[in-house]
Amino acid sequence: MTGANTAINLSVFGIFVLLTLYVVYRASTRNVSASDYYAAGSSFTGTQNGIALSGDFLSAASFLGISGAIAVNGYDGFMYSIGWVVAWLIGLMLISERLRNTGRFTMGDVMAFRMRQRPVRAAAANSTLVISLFYMIAQMAGAGGLMALLLDVHSKIGQAIIIAVVGIVMVLYVLVGGMKGTTWVQIIKAVLLLLTVSLLTIFLIGKFGFDFSSILDRAAQRSPLGEAVLSPGVKYGASDLSKIDFISLALALVLGTASLPHVLMRFYTVPNAREARKSVVWATWMMAIFYSCTLVIGFGAMALVGTDKINSAPGGENSAAPLLAFQVGGTVLLGIVCAVAFATILAVVAGLTLTASASFAHDVYANVIKHGEADPREEVRVARITAVCVGVLAIVGGIAANGQNVAFLVALAFALAASANLPTLLYSLFWKRFNTRGTLWSIYGGLTSCVLLIVFSPAISGSKSSVFPDADFAFFPLSNPGIVSIPLSFLAGFLGTIIGGEKADPAKQAEMEVRGLTGIGSGLR
Amino acid sequence: MTKALPSVSRPATPGFATFDEPHHSLLIDGDGEPDFDAIQTSDDFLDLKRRVKRFIVPATLLFLAWYVTFVLLSAYAAEFMSTPLFGTVNVGLTMGFLQIVTTVIITMAYARYSKRKLDPQVDKVRALVETDEELA
Repeated sequence: MTGANTAINLSVFGIFVLLTLYVVYRASTRNVSASDYYAAGSSFTGTQNGIALSGDFLSAASFLGISGAIAVNGYDGFMYSIGWVVAWLIGLMLISERLRNTGRFTMGDVMAFRMRQRPVRAAAANSTLVISLFYMIAQMAGAGGLMALLLDVHSKIGQAIIIAVVGIVMVLYVLVGGMKGTTWVQIIKAVLLLLTVSLLTIFLIGKFGFDFSSILDRAAQRSPLGEAVLSPGVKYGASDLSKIDFISLALALVLGTASLPHVLMRFYTVPNAREARKSVVWATWMMAIFYSCTLVIGFGAMALVGTDKINSAPGGENSAAPLLAFQVGGTVLLGIVCAVAFATILAVVAGLTLTASASFAHDVYANVIKHGEADPREEVRVARITAVCVGVLAIVGGIAANGQNVAFLVALAFALAASANLPTLLYSLFWKRFNTRGTLWSIYGGLTSCVLLIVFSPAISGSKSSVFPDADFAFFPLSNPGIVSIPLSFLAGFLGTIIGGEKADPAKQAEMEVRGLTGIGSGLR
Repeated sequence: MTKALPSVSRPATPGFATFDEPHHSLLIDGDGEPDFDAIQTSDDFLDLKRRVKRFIVPATLLFLAWYVTFVLLSAYAAEFMSTPLFGTVNVGLTMGFLQIVTTVIITMAYARYSKRKLDPQVDKVRALVETDEELA
């Protein structure tokens, strides 16, 4: 790619960073109390938060990863899109409103509501930190890998510098803007991303005479796999084992989404349960449109760019969408798509940083260390320091993981969330007898089993695409552990509760159930 | 929005609350905090729970079953999923797209159901405790 191209990419990206930093700065004037920092004073409307929710959720993995997966694997790549749309129904019907009514700032608020505070909050914070960090390192590593393609930066040091810049900007967003500033960044980014993707889709469909079938036809002709890309099985159809892997992935996608900590925390930025519901309705619409577009963009890239060219490009699969943009709109469109991709990474990592810092400061510092009697100002100070630490960790991790297969890190985050958080949240919201021991067992059971299975999976060792291709300690055959670790965590929570420990507190249970459904006692209107 | 009517499940009270009449009828304990046990067993709250269940249980089972069917068919019935329907668009791609469509339909149906059947009932339950907060 040419030098002029790099200049365009850099300037569009630079404009985005400056614009958002200005917005963050303007939004930050009263950013002092804990509620402002963590939840933007709960002042956003359902519509605004719904757009921000999709901004938080649509990561680089969604945009570049999925269009690339479809462009290379066809049907099997489309699976991601479907899982991530359907998943919002769980968030809508089972989680969002009850979470808004029972908690204040973090996931730990809900899990610890009727349990012993310190151990449960510590567990919730552990799970939040592990999931956020994994997700964040994947995004940062993705940022580094993209640079090779987008800015023509090929040296490892150059990419490391760019990862560091991304990290510094995201920490700035969080420190200066808190939740309010970060939310505005998400809104701006979501609108940009959705506009770009829909215009590209409309253009592509128009180019093929408004006939989706002819896009598929062309795509199949250009793919070395031929018609097979339009059917299931290209990536996961090889053996019985790979089919189970496919099911495992599908489960993690649909169950993990609504229990990702940064998604959960978004529900606190609105004033009440009705607005929380409205946020999910908006987010679902945005996701439905976005992921439908990825289908057209993915097959469009296959048809116009060709699978071989995508595979041999510097960013591999991830380069499908940018290459397509270059093909149809030249350097300007490429610049825009690249800048939007950057913005996406930046915004998502900022959201994750905020979540991780809130969880540490609110759950660990204020409730575990200070026994719930921390000075709120001190708590926010701790949150800010944590944000810086998390930022540094993410930069270091991102540089270390640069060039690795990042898709598995993202899928791991989903599997972790589905294993550690979802069973615990559902039990504590819907099962009367659920107690402290059950909570700890389901969080730690899900978290550790999931991490261990990943460590001993082909994603880490024993195959060409693993992190350590030369070692082989992979005795667990699936690359996604969801199908084992999710049921295991449900079972652990169930067993922990019926085996013993203290009985569930009926008064607290009554309070949680009434409050969850009606908001009575929460002070929310 | 209409004001929620007083529930039939509690003793009749004068139409207006005055300062010399404490709200004995409300489900509030001695300190003015909501009495959650009493609310949890009140008819209005049980009715709210029934209404919530009536929608989310079947809807959740339905969408999960529909999604799992799609995943299993993709994994084990690739032949069937690749049957062409319109031009090159096959059963699998159509079903996948329909997953997105049904998600939007269920979402809108839930939003509508909540507005009509849940929110008014929530207001009713909240009216059991909220007279004071409303004045404040």
